Amino acid sequence: MKRRSFMKTTAAAGAAATTAPAIWSEAKAQARNETLLLVTESPPNSMDIHGVGTNRPAYEVSWNCYDRLITYGVKKDANGNDHYDYTKLQPELATEWDLKPNSVTFKLRKDAKFHDGTPITAKDVKWSFDRAVTVGGFPTFQMKAGSLEKPEQFVAVDDNTFRVDFVRADKLTMPDIGVPVPVIMNSALCKKNATATDPWAMEWCKNNLAAGGAYKVERWQPGQEVVFARNDEWKNGPLPKVRRVIQRIIPSAGNRRALLERGDADISFDLPSKDFAELKTSPKLTVIGTPIENAMMYLGMNVNQKPFDNVKVRQAVAWAVPYQQIMDSVMFGQALPLFGGADNKFKGAYWPQKDGYKTDIAKAKALMAEAGYPGGFETTLSFDLGLASTNEPLTILIQESLAQIGIKASINKIPGANWRGELLKKNMPMITNAFGGWLNYPEYFFYWCYHGQNAVFNTMGYKNPTMDALIDKARFSTGPEYEAAVKGFIDIAFEEVPRVPIFQPLLNVAMQKNVTGYRYWFHRQLDYRQLVKG
Amino acid sequence: MLNLLLSRLATAIPSIVGVVIVTFMLTRLLPGDPAAYFAGLAASPQAIAEIRTKLGLDKSLPEQFVGYIGDLLQGNLGNSLSTGQPVVAEIATRLPASAELTLFALIVAVAIAIPLGVLAAVKQGTWIDHLCRVVTTAGVSLPVFFTGLLFAYVFYYLLQWAPAPTGRIDVFLSPPTHITGFYLIDSALTGNLETFWGALRQLALPAISMAIFSLAPLARMTRGSMLAVLGSDFIRTARASGLSPRTVIFTYAFRNAVLPVITTLGMVFSFLLGANVLVETVFAWPGIGLYAVNALITSDYAPVQGFVLTMAILYVALNLTIDFVYGLVDPRVRLDS
Repeated sequence: MKRRSFMKTTAAAGAAATTAPAIWSEAKAQARNETLLLVTESPPNSMDIHGVGTNRPAYEVSWNCYDRLITYGVKKDANGNDHYDYTKLQPELATEWDLKPNSVTFKLRKDAKFHDGTPITAKDVKWSFDRAVTVGGFPTFQMKAGSLEKPEQFVAVDDNTFRVDFVRADKLTMPDIGVPVPVIMNSALCKKNATATDPWAMEWCKNNLAAGGAYKVERWQPGQEVVFARNDEWKNGPLPKVRRVIQRIIPSAGNRRALLERGDADISFDLPSKDFAELKTSPKLTVIGTPIENAMMYLGMNVNQKPFDNVKVRQAVAWAVPYQQIMDSVMFGQALPLFGGADNKFKGAYWPQKDGYKTDIAKAKALMAEAGYPGGFETTLSFDLGLASTNEPLTILIQESLAQIGIKASINKIPGANWRGELLKKNMPMITNAFGGWLNYPEYFFYWCYHGQNAVFNTMGYKNPTMDALIDKARFSTGPEYEAAVKGFIDIAFEEVPRVPIFQPLLNVAMQKNVTGYRYWFHRQLDYRQLVKG
Repeated sequence: MLNLLLSRLATAIPSIVGVVIVTFMLTRLLPGDPAAYFAGLAASPQAIAEIRTKLGLDKSLPEQFVGYIGDLLQGNLGNSLSTGQPVVAEIATRLPASAELTLFALIVAVAIAIPLGVLAAVKQGTWIDHLCRVVTTAGVSLPVFFTGLLFAYVFYYLLQWAPAPTGRIDVFLSPPTHITGFYLIDSALTGNLETFWGALRQLALPAISMAIFSLAPLARMTRGSMLAVLGSDFIRTARASGLSPRTVIFTYAFRNAVLPVITTLGMVFSFLLGANVLVETVFAWPGIGLYAVNALITSDYAPVQGFVLTMAILYVALNLTIDFVYGLVDPRVRLDS
C-alpha cells in the first residue's frame, strides 16, 4: 500500500536523521578549541570608524584590528574584575611620549608593521589624524572634544617621531588620543585606493582594513558574521591568546541565551536584564556586570514648556518617581540606584552620583499645591521604542505613580529611527532616555547634557548661565578650583532637577567558565586582545 | 508562444513602474530622519547637515527621484546604510537564503499536504479525514514564530537533536563554493558531504516550522477540490466502467483537482517568501525578510526600495510561471483566452 510505504520511509528517514553521527572532521574540533565564538545582536556596518554612520558594533572591529598611539591601563574594580583605568595612559604604537605645555611628542615603535608588511611611520600617523579631523561627522566631532581640530596641529618630525601641537591647554587632549577614533591607518594603501573625489579612500576603507592591529578580518559576511584571525606579527602589545574570534549575529535574545547555556557560544553581551539576573545564578556561566561609567537612565522634563518651567513641579515629579519599583521589576537589580542619597548635595568629584530624592507622594503633592497645580495637569511621556524592553515598563510605572499626584501622562512611543529627530526638535514635554559619555569626567557629561550650548543631549533645553560658567571652568581647571566648580554644577543639577536621575545601568556580559580576562572598556565593546579561553 | 510570453511580460511593466514610484514615495513619507539616525551619538546639527548632503537628502524630491531612476537603470539600487553594502549585492546573497528555506519548506509541506488532502477526500469521514482536519487547524493557528521558538527550545535546548540556531551553516563549517547560492545544491555539486549535512541540519527546524504553517491551506484546498471532483459525473462513469480505484483517483480525479491547488501553492510561496521574517529572526537566518525589516526600522531607504522592487518582480515572474503551469496541467486553459 502506498500510504504504508510512505509512512515507513519517512519514519526511517526520521530515525536516520536523529541517529546519524555528525560528520566531524578533526580540524573542526581543533578549530573549536582555539576559537572564541561571540554571539551578538547587531552587525557592524563598516570597517572604518571614520565612515558616515558607522555603528557601535563597527567600533569593536576597529578597536581590535587597528592600533592607536596610546591606550589605557587596567585596574581591578570593586568586584575584582578587570576595568580599564582612565587615569593611566599606556603605550600602544607609541613607546614613550613627552608632554609639554604646548605640545606632545610621541616616539613610535620601530619594528611595528601594518598587516601588509609596510612599516608604520609617523607619516601614516599624521595622515590618519588629518583624516579624522577632516572627514567630518562623528570622528571630527570626537577629536574636537579633545581640542584636536586641524591638520596643522599634527607634525611628522621624522619616521619615528610624531608631534601634536595644542591649540589650547585641554586636559582631555591626551585621553582623547586613546579613544577608538584616532586609529593609525596605512596611508600608502589608502592612497592607492583613493580617487579624486574621495581623497581619504572612504569608500574602500568601508569594506577593507588598512590596519596593523592585533587582529585581521579573515571573512566578513555583512549582517551575518565576522571572522577574526590573530595577527601573529603584532608588536604593539602582548600577543593575544585567542587565535580566532568568530562574531555571529543572532537576532533573537532567547537563542543567544540558549546558545550560552548549552555551551555552544562562548560569550555574549546584549541580553535582557531579566536573563542576566537569572544567568548570574547559573553554575555554568560567568556573568560580569560593570556599572557603565558616566551614564544614567533619566526622566527629562522640558524646562521651556509649562508646567515644567516651574522648578517646584519638577521637584514634585522627582519625589513621585517609583524608584525602587523600577530597580526591582524593570531592571531586576541589574543597575545602580541614583536616588535616596543622604541629602540633595554634591558627594565628590565623580559622576553619576546619588541625589536625595526618593519616592514620597505626600511631599510631591505638597510641592504640586505650592506650584499652583493642586489638581495636577495632563502631559505626555515619550520614549524610544528601539529600547522598549527597558523603556516600556519604566514609563508605565512612572505613569502610574504620577497619576497619584494628579499628573495624567499619556505614553507616546516613538520608533527608533525617529527618536533622534524628535530629540533635536526639543518639544517633547517629558521623556525617559539614557546617555553615557566615553570620557569619564563629570564636566564632560554636563557639557553634553546640561550646558546652554544646547547639544542634542540637553534634551530638557536647560539653560542656566551660572551652570555654564561652572562647567566651562571645570573643563580647563584642576585642583580645588576644579572641585569647587564640579560641586557647584552638581548642586544646581540636583536642586533645579531638569532631569531626574533614576539609575546607572550595568554593562553585563555572560561567558563560559573557561573564558577569562574580560576587561570593561568605556566604549562598551569587547576587547578580544585580553581574553583567554582555557 | 514567444509572442505570448512577451505580451504577458508587457502587461507586467506598468505594475513594476507603479511599484517603483510608490516605494520611492512611501519611504520618503516614513517618519524618521536617516541623517539624524546615522550621524551617530554625539552629532551636532552641522554634522547631521553634512551627512544629509552626503546622502543626497538635501535635494528636492523630484531631483532625488530622477537620481534614483538613473541608478536603477544602471542596475544600481544604492547602498544600505545599516550594513554599508550595495543593496544589489546584499539581495543577491540573501535572496538564495530565503528562497532555499522557502522552497524546502514548501516541498515538505506539499509532500505532506497533498497525500493527506487526497486521502482525506477519498476516505471522507474516517480517521485520516479527522487527522487532516486536526493538522490543518493546528497549522493555521500556530504562528510561525511560536512553532519556531518552541522547536528551537525543544529540539535544540532540551533534546539537542537539532544544531544551534545560528543561521545557514554551523559556525565552524565554511559555506560551500558559490554556484547557485543554495547551500544544499552547491555542497552537493561540489561533493562536500560535511557541508551538505550541516546545511541540511540547519535547514530542518526553520523549514519544518514554515511547512506546518503552509500545510494547512494546501491540504484543505486539495481535500475540497478532490471532493468536488470525486462527486462529479465523469468519475462515477469511470468507476462504473470498472477502472481501478488507483486510475480513477490519480489519473482522472487528481489531475482535474490540482488546478486550484497550484493557485494556492503560488500564493503560499509568494506569501512565505516575504513573510518569513519571523522565522528568519528566530533562527538567525540571513534572509531577505530580516534584511528588509531591519532597514525599515532604521529608515534605511535603499534596501526597502530594493526589497519591494525585487518582491514585485518575483511576484510577476511567479504569476507568469503559474499561468504556464496551468496550461501544461489542463489543456482546457488557454493562455490567449
